[in-house]
Amino acid sequence: MDFWISQLFNGVSYGALLFLLAGGLSLIFGMMRIVNMTHGSYYLLGGYVALTVIWRGGNFVLAVLLGALAIAAVGIGEWNAFLKRLSGQELGQVLTTMGFALIFQDLALLIWGGDPYTIPVPAVLSGAYTVGQLYFPVYRIFIVAVAALVAVVLWLVLERTRIGAMMRATVDDPEMARGVGINVYLISMAVFALGATLAALAGAVAGGFVGVYPGADFEILPYAFVVVIVGGMGSLKGALIGSLMVGLLDNFGKALFPELSYFTLFAPMAAILAVRPTGLFGRA
Amino acid sequence: MTRRALAPGTPRIAIAIVFGLLAVSPPFVSSFLQALLTQAVIYAILAMSLDVVLGYIGLASLGHAAYLGLGAYSVGILATRHGAGFWVTLTVGVLLATAVAAVFGLVALRATGVYFLMITLALGMVVWGLAHRWVSLTQGDNGISGVPRPDLGLPWSFAHAIPFYYLVFTAFLVAFGVLRGIVRSPFGATLVGIRESESRMRTLGYHVWLHKYIGFIIAGGVGGFAGVLWAYDNGFVSPADLELSTSVEILLMVALGGRGTLLGPALGAGLIVFLKNLVSVYTQRWLLILGAVYIGTIVYAPEGIVGALRQWTKGERAWAGR
Repeated sequence: MDFWISQLFNGVSYGALLFLLAGGLSLIFGMMRIVNMTHGSYYLLGGYVALTVIWRGGNFVLAVLLGALAIAAVGIGEWNAFLKRLSGQELGQVLTTMGFALIFQDLALLIWGGDPYTIPVPAVLSGAYTVGQLYFPVYRIFIVAVAALVAVVLWLVLERTRIGAMMRATVDDPEMARGVGINVYLISMAVFALGATLAALAGAVAGGFVGVYPGADFEILPYAFVVVIVGGMGSLKGALIGSLMVGLLDNFGKALFPELSYFTLFAPMAAILAVRPTGLFGRA
Repeated sequence: MTRRALAPGTPRIAIAIVFGLLAVSPPFVSSFLQALLTQAVIYAILAMSLDVVLGYIGLASLGHAAYLGLGAYSVGILATRHGAGFWVTLTVGVLLATAVAAVFGLVALRATGVYFLMITLALGMVVWGLAHRWVSLTQGDNGISGVPRPDLGLPWSFAHAIPFYYLVFTAFLVAFGVLRGIVRSPFGATLVGIRESESRMRTLGYHVWLHKYIGFIIAGGVGGFAGVLWAYDNGFVSPADLELSTSVEILLMVALGGRGTLLGPALGAGLIVFLKNLVSVYTQRWLLILGAVYIGTIVYAPEGIVGALRQWTKGERAWAGR
């Protein structure tokens, strides 16, 4: 029983981290139809920038926020200079964003070197609660809380505010949105920046959990994609449920069938897609 | 300033010269170049196979490295552990890749566009996951080393670079001949028709799905063929051969050369192999340069080198005709 509870907890907390990452990817994907291979790089760079802020004497909260903001700027630049011209060209998007991913990977190696680092977390968030034989690290609970907060705020913004309505209008029918006076250009840029910010936030938070190291970008990217495609592109609910599914499948797969663990993760995903090519909550 | 249009036969002459050089030059160049040429020719086969899907069916696949991996692991496992010979590993590798493509095609071809891209990504990761984690079969991240060069029972040994190069070059000619025959056949013309307008072809009474499915399977089988050669060339098989970034790199080769032209992707493969290896001799920052090539391809040559050349010669002719 203890095994199941602790694996469940680990799966949910990893799922929460994935939600932060994949929520942003899903926004960019579903709302803007951009296949963004740079998303893993935003995650990695977010972690590194946060690390640097802490090295320079900043505190944890400042580090996470600055990491997220810096990467939002990077994302805006990339979108403005290249991606906005490539709408509807999947191949062009894949190759351009892959090019950026390689460049960012190399720049990160140049600036921060090849050693793995862990972002030091404040004392409040370290340690663990123990219940009987069970052990619940505070930091993992913190990640779940952050993800829940982000999910609620995103949902409120998208569904309950004027700007959220403008975003949804831009997605559903850009021409009409432009026609009724919505600045589609600004809204699109804002969505892309928001997606990049969430990825960087995930990277900074993950820095205190799995660490920051070269290769983390391409390691986590397929997970984020799988979450988005299973949940359905552009669906917040889909990203949430997809993240939990992937987090749990990944954890239980690794614990129960170590030799087949990635198979137990990706094969069910492919099977879901075989039945529903647009994902669980996606619209065609 | 006078400008002359390129004669209509020029591309054909250029292609003949390149093929001639590929056939004749290897014994006269350094062993480093020989190794690069061998690798380039193998990747050319792989890029041509993906071109059937990307260039002729018009679907971008993010999982083509899976077939390279299936072919390569067939060799890695059978040759090192069971002492299987070239023809056995070749047959198993190609059949396995074909069979897996037949299964994956059932799943992937339900979608188009960005959804096809994502489903092929997930399927590619399934194969990568097996290579990465099924340690008792694949030795996981350590990979399988010590794959011997093939022995075909011929009087010369393929352990030497030159005979092995000619083996690979022959394989390239065979793959090119087969794929050219396919894309120029009525079947290939139907694929192009589907790429241009699926609904029109359906109205005309073509079985659209079946054509795409067969094309997808052919691409997988030829990809496995390239994987078999790659394992023998490299002597080492690892999950890195199946990574997402490998799949994207094959897409780049096709896009850089010019999709839908077979020889364009072969050229693109050659250029990328040379670029990666030569640049990494001079600088550690070769990923920066490779990244710039990805972006530059889309910005400056969205239809690839062959597309750009066509555009250019067309412009020249239009100019000359005034």
